Amino acid sequence: MRVLVSFIAVLLLVVIAYAGVEAANLRFLFGVIIPYAAFIIFVGGMIVRVLKWGSSPVPFRIPTTCGQEKSLPWIKQDKLENPSGLLGVIGRMALEVLFFRSLFRNLKTQLSDGPRLAYGEAKWLWLAGMAFHWSFLIVLIRHLRFFTEKVLVPIQMIEGLDSFLQVGAPLLYLTDLVLLAAVFYLFLRRIGIPQMRYLSLINDYFPLFLIFGIALTGVLMRYFTKTDIVSVKVLAMGLVSFKPAIPEGIGVLFYIHLFLLSALLAYFPMSKLVHLGGVFLSPTRNLANNNRMKRHVNPWNYPVHVHTYQEYEDDFREKMKGAGIPVEKE
Amino acid sequence: MAKFPKPEELSNIDFAPPRKGWMDLPVEFKPGMFCHGSKPKSLEAVGFPNPRDWKPADADWKLPENWKEIIIEGIAERLRKYRSFRLFMDICVRCGACADKCHFFIGTGDPKNMPVLRAELIRSVYRKEFTTAGKILGKMAGARELTLDVLKEWWYYFYQCTECRRCSVFCPYGIDQAEITIIGRELLNLLGLNIEWIAGPVANCYMKGNHLGLEPHTIVGNLEYMLDDIETITGKRIKPTFNRKGAEILFVTPSGDLFADPGTYTAMGYMMLFEELGLDYTWSTYASEGGNFGFFTSNEMAKRLNAKLYAEAKRLGVKYIIGGECGHMWRVIHQYMDTWQGPADFLEVPKSPITGTVFENARSTKMIHIAEFTADLIKNNKLKLDAKRNDHLKVTWHDSCNTARGMGILEEPRYILRNVVNNFFEMPEDTIREKTFCCGSGSGLNASEDTDLRMKGGLPRANAVKFVHDRHGVNMLANICAIDRATLPPLMDYWVPGVKVAGLHELVANALVMKGEKERTTDLRGEPLPGLEQKEEKAS
Amino acid sequence: MKLNDILQEKKSSIVKRWFEAVLESYPEDARGPFRRREAQFANPVGFTLAEGIEGLFDALLKGMIPDTVSAFLDGMIRIRAVQDFTPSQAVAFIFRVKTLVREELGDAVVSDRGMAAQLSSLDAIIDDLALFAFDIYMKCREKIYDIKAQEARNMTFRLLQQANLIAGNKG
Repeated sequence: MRVLVSFIAVLLLVVIAYAGVEAANLRFLFGVIIPYAAFIIFVGGMIVRVLKWGSSPVPFRIPTTCGQEKSLPWIKQDKLENPSGLLGVIGRMALEVLFFRSLFRNLKTQLSDGPRLAYGEAKWLWLAGMAFHWSFLIVLIRHLRFFTEKVLVPIQMIEGLDSFLQVGAPLLYLTDLVLLAAVFYLFLRRIGIPQMRYLSLINDYFPLFLIFGIALTGVLMRYFTKTDIVSVKVLAMGLVSFKPAIPEGIGVLFYIHLFLLSALLAYFPMSKLVHLGGVFLSPTRNLANNNRMKRHVNPWNYPVHVHTYQEYEDDFREKMKGAGIPVEKE
Repeated sequence: MAKFPKPEELSNIDFAPPRKGWMDLPVEFKPGMFCHGSKPKSLEAVGFPNPRDWKPADADWKLPENWKEIIIEGIAERLRKYRSFRLFMDICVRCGACADKCHFFIGTGDPKNMPVLRAELIRSVYRKEFTTAGKILGKMAGARELTLDVLKEWWYYFYQCTECRRCSVFCPYGIDQAEITIIGRELLNLLGLNIEWIAGPVANCYMKGNHLGLEPHTIVGNLEYMLDDIETITGKRIKPTFNRKGAEILFVTPSGDLFADPGTYTAMGYMMLFEELGLDYTWSTYASEGGNFGFFTSNEMAKRLNAKLYAEAKRLGVKYIIGGECGHMWRVIHQYMDTWQGPADFLEVPKSPITGTVFENARSTKMIHIAEFTADLIKNNKLKLDAKRNDHLKVTWHDSCNTARGMGILEEPRYILRNVVNNFFEMPEDTIREKTFCCGSGSGLNASEDTDLRMKGGLPRANAVKFVHDRHGVNMLANICAIDRATLPPLMDYWVPGVKVAGLHELVANALVMKGEKERTTDLRGEPLPGLEQKEEKAS
Repeated sequence: MKLNDILQEKKSSIVKRWFEAVLESYPEDARGPFRRREAQFANPVGFTLAEGIEGLFDALLKGMIPDTVSAFLDGMIRIRAVQDFTPSQAVAFIFRVKTLVREELGDAVVSDRGMAAQLSSLDAIIDDLALFAFDIYMKCREKIYDIKAQEARNMTFRLLQQANLIAGNKG
C-alpha cells in the first residue's frame, strides 16, 4: 500500500511532465520556471532547516563513546572512536561522513557452525549505502559539464575514470549502473525484510522511486534515445547565467528527467533527506569526549530546588548525633 | 470425547488482528512487561505534577483535562532546548541498522522495541504537530494524532528502554534512542506518568540522600556490619569516618553498595583499599547516593539530586571527589554534572596522594572514577596483590552500558582485573566494550513486577556469558555498576546458573595483601580460599 | 524398511520445517529476525531454537541421551517460558514433529504395516520429550517466581529498615 502510493505519486509526476510538455507545450514552465522554483525551495529550505537546528542549543556534551577514553597517560586512548580534541573529532566525522563508519560496525564475523558473517544483511546495507551515495555524488559532479562553457579538467578526469571499462557507445558510465542497482537493492530490502517493511513509510519509498526515476530517465537519454546534448547544454547554460532560453529539439524525456529532479529538490528540505546536512550536527558524534577536562556550558541552565544539607540535618539531627556523626548545629 | 485443540492449533497462536500498520495497533499491556505506576506520595515529595493513585493497565489514567496541550507544549519547549531532539526527529532515514541491536528487540521480537520504531512513536506526533507536510498530508507523511492510545504506547515502550545507547553506536547519524527516551519520559512526567520503581527512589534520594531511603544512622549501622565481616576475615578493624570536615577526599558510591549482596562486598573492598592506603577520606550521609534515578525522570530532577555532591564537597572542604562503581551515575557525572553545577572552583584538580599522579582528565569536574584511581596505584606498584586468592574464580568482564558508551572507561578495569585475578576470559567481541549488551534492567527498570521483561532484555547478555561459561567454566561476572550487581544475579540465576556477580573492588580486596592482616582463609564472601578448602573441612 | 534410515535421509527437510513450525508460534513481525539462526550472539532466540530443534531431532534418531536432550530442551524452553505463551503453547511445538514426520514419509510409507510399530515407538519418545519439556517449563516459571519472591523479601527488609524497625543488614 505504502509502496503503491509512492509509486503512483512518482508516476503522476512523470505524467504531469509528459502532459505539460507534449500536450500543453509548457516548455518554459517545465524547463525554466519549475527548476528555478525548485532550486530556490531547496536552497531556502535547507537554510531554514539548518538555522532551525542551529537555533536549538546543545545543552550537554553527549558523545557516544565507542572506544577507550583519554585518562591515564599510559592507557592507550582510541582517538578516533573516542576523541578528546578537535583533530580526533574531525577524523571521526570524516570516517562517518565519507565511509559510514558506524554502519560498517555491523561487519563482524562470528563463530557458530564455523566462521560465517553473522550480520550478512547489514554488510550489504553498508555496501549499498556507500555505492548509492558515492555514485550519486559522482553522477552529480559529472553533470557539471553542462554548466560550464568548457568542461573542467577534474570533471573530464572523473568522466574518464567512470567510463574506464570503455564499452558501449556512448561510453558506459559505471556509476549509472551502480546507482540504479543500489537504489534497487535499497528498495528490495525495504520490501523483502519483514521488519523493514513494517517500519518503512511513504517517506521512505517515495524518494527511492523518485531517484530511481531520475536515474532511469537519465540512462534512457544517454544510452537509448537520441538526446540533443548541445541544446540541453544551451538550456543549462541559460539557467545558470540567468538568461533562460528554451532551445528547439529537446525531447520530452529530458523534461521528465528535469521535472523529477525538481521534485526531488523541492522535496528535499522537508524530508528525511535532510540527513545530508544533519549528519554534521549530530551531538553524539561531533563533540569531543573531554567532559571532565573542560566545562561545557548550557545556555539555559537555571537554578533548581534542592533539599539542602541544613534541611537534611534538621530532619535527622538526633539520629546523627546518636550514631556519632558530626553535625553543624548541636 | 471432549474436543481438545490439536497441537497445531495450540502452537499457531492467533496473534493477528488482521495486519495493520504499527500506527493503528493500540498497545497491549502484557503482564510482567511493565512496572507499577508512581504513587502520589512519591510525586508529592518532589513537587511533581498530577500525583494520584493510578494503574497503568487501567483505562482511565486520571489525566488533567488539557493533557494534550501539556504534551505538545512540552515537545515544543524541548525542541527549542535540545538540538539533539530536533535533529533526531528530522534526520532518521529508517535504514534499520539499529533494529536488531536492541536487547529488548532481540529478546522479545516485538517490532516496537526496534529503536527506530520506538523513536517513530514520538516522531509521528512530531510530524503531525510541527511539520507542514505532516499537518497537510497526515498519515501519508508518516504523521499521526496524539491520542490517549498513543500516550499509553509511549509509556509502555519508553519504560521498555534502558537508555543503554547501543543503537546509537550503530546509527550512521548517531541518533541516540537514550536521548529520545529521556525526553519521552520527561514528557510523561509532565502528567505524573512515572513508574514507582523510579519515583520512589527519587523521593527517597531527595529527602534522605539516597535511593534506598537509608537514614544516617542506618548507613553507619550497615557499614558496621561490613566492618565486622572485614575484621573476621582479615583481623583488622577499620574505622571509616562520616561527614568529616577537612578530609582530603569525599567518597561517593551508589547506595546499593551499602545495602545488599553482592554490592556490600564491593563496599567492603573500597574500605579495605582505602584503609591500606591510609587515605584521608570521608563518607557522607547527605550525599550518600552516587546513582541518580532523577536522570530517568527529567533533566531537572537529575540536577536536583546531583546538586548534593558538590554542595557536600564544598561544605566539608574536601579537595576532590572519588566516585565508586556505578554505571548511570558515571554518565551523569561525566557528561552532566559540571555543566549543571560547575564550575567547581572550590575543589582542586585530583591528585593521588599515594602516587602523586595528577588526573588531568578530571581537571574541570574534579571527580575521578575509582577504577582510574586504582589502576594508577597498581601501575605504580603501590599495592601488594596476591591474585592466587581469586584462583577459585574464572572471571569475565561485563562493560556497563553507561561507562562504556557515555564515558569510555574500558581498559582501566581490565588492567586492574588482570592484576588481581589469574583467570580472566573475555566474552565474544560483539558483546563487550562499546558493543556491550545491557543487563536488561537499567534506567530504573529493575523492579520485580517486570521480571519477565528483565529476563527477556537480559537474554543477549546472559547468552554471551553462557558461551564463556560453557567454554571456559567462567563462574564470576565482574562489573562496575550497582544496578548490574543488583540485577545480574537473578539474570544469571535464570539463564546461566552457577555464575555469580561481583564488583571490581571486591576482587581487588580479595587479592589485596594488607599490612598486619592475619592469614586469610576465606574470601570476602566467607567462602574458603583456594588450597584452603581441605583445611576448612578438617577444621569443621 | 527402517524408519530411522528414512528419517536420517529426510533430516534436513524435517528439521527445517520443524524450526519453521516453532517460528510460527511468534508474531509474524518477529519471525524474520528470529529466523537468522547463524547469529549466535545477535540473535540468541533464533540460534537457540534452531540448535535445539536439530539437537532434539538427532536425539529422536540416535536415542535419547538425557544430558544432551535436557541441554537442548532446556535452552529452548527457558526462552519460551519468559515469552508470552501459555504453558501449553510453550511446549506444543514438540508434538508438531509427529505430523511433520508423517507428511515427509508420505501416505504409502505411513500405511506400511512394518512402519506402524516403528512410528508408534517414535511417538512415544516424542511424548516423553513433551513431558520432559513441561517439567523444564515448570522449573523455569518457579525460578521466575523465586526471583520475584527474593526481591520482594529484599524490598520488605528495606521498608522495615526505612521505618527504623531493623537496625542494620547482615551482608
